[in-house]
Amino acid sequence: MEIGLNHYLILSTILFAIGLIGVMRRKNLLLLFFATEILLNSVNIAFAAISHFYGDLTGQMFAFFVIAIAASEVAVGLGLLIVWHKRHGTIDLDTMSTMRG
Amino acid sequence: MFEAVAFYLFAFLTIAMFFIAVTTSQALYALTALAAGMIFISAFFFILGADFLGAVQIVVYSGAVMALYAFGMMFFDTTRDVKEKNGNKYIVIGLSVISAILVVAIFSAPIVSENITALYPMVEGAGNTQEVGLVLFTKYLVPFEVAAVMLLVAMIAGIVLAGKDMDLSLTLLDDKEIEEIKNKKMKKVL
Repeated sequence: MEIGLNHYLILSTILFAIGLIGVMRRKNLLLLFFATEILLNSVNIAFAAISHFYGDLTGQMFAFFVIAIAASEVAVGLGLLIVWHKRHGTIDLDTMSTMRG
Repeated sequence: MFEAVAFYLFAFLTIAMFFIAVTTSQALYALTALAAGMIFISAFFFILGADFLGAVQIVVYSGAVMALYAFGMMFFDTTRDVKEKNGNKYIVIGLSVISAILVVAIFSAPIVSENITALYPMVEGAGNTQEVGLVLFTKYLVPFEVAAVMLLVAMIAGIVLAGKDMDLSLTLLDDKEIEEIKNKKMKKVL
């Protein structure tokens, strides 16, 4: 059975849905970051698959830039989390609703 | 045949690992499952012929990003169980399904139209790394440099936010307190 582009896109969609579920149900901010990484990786699979099946390297280029953005997001996000943890002693999302909106 | 077996095997493993990563209540299990899932995803890149992307995936994600997360988990209190949101399950599931359908529609629209031509076609007789270098350093040179500047900014931000003097934070102190520390140590804090 031949593996086509649709197989990879469906796999990417399933992983994206798993990441969305993680984003919606996690309270701990560190684990929320994990779910964000899953979202970025699922998009990378779709980019690489489209790049392969159309013989075009643009998809791989976009995947590289997505990886670079993910790396910088982790660096800045963890720095901000450490600042928040020093001030409040917790990284739960509920403690961040200081405005009580 | 071999490709199909590899695809289904790694698809099952990746979905299982990421499912564990988003559903477990132990932060350590989530970290290890996420790292395993990242490595399994690089297998798809190798199957698709994007060797350089697969190597970058292993180096950056399971090397750098996972090390940063491990550092973060050592810093935070992750031994206790993670609480989870008790929101309305139907809203969550409905939103997920709608988003997934939207993604399928976005990605399948060009397949239906069937009129895509390769903008930067792959070079015959060159390895994947060579092709990537050819395209990255000609057509995508400016985005490449911008990404380099962005990584530099992120690195400086990380050092300033979480750098030395881990017991006190320059971003949380008043100007007066920083002046006191400066006078006490008789040297610059930064």
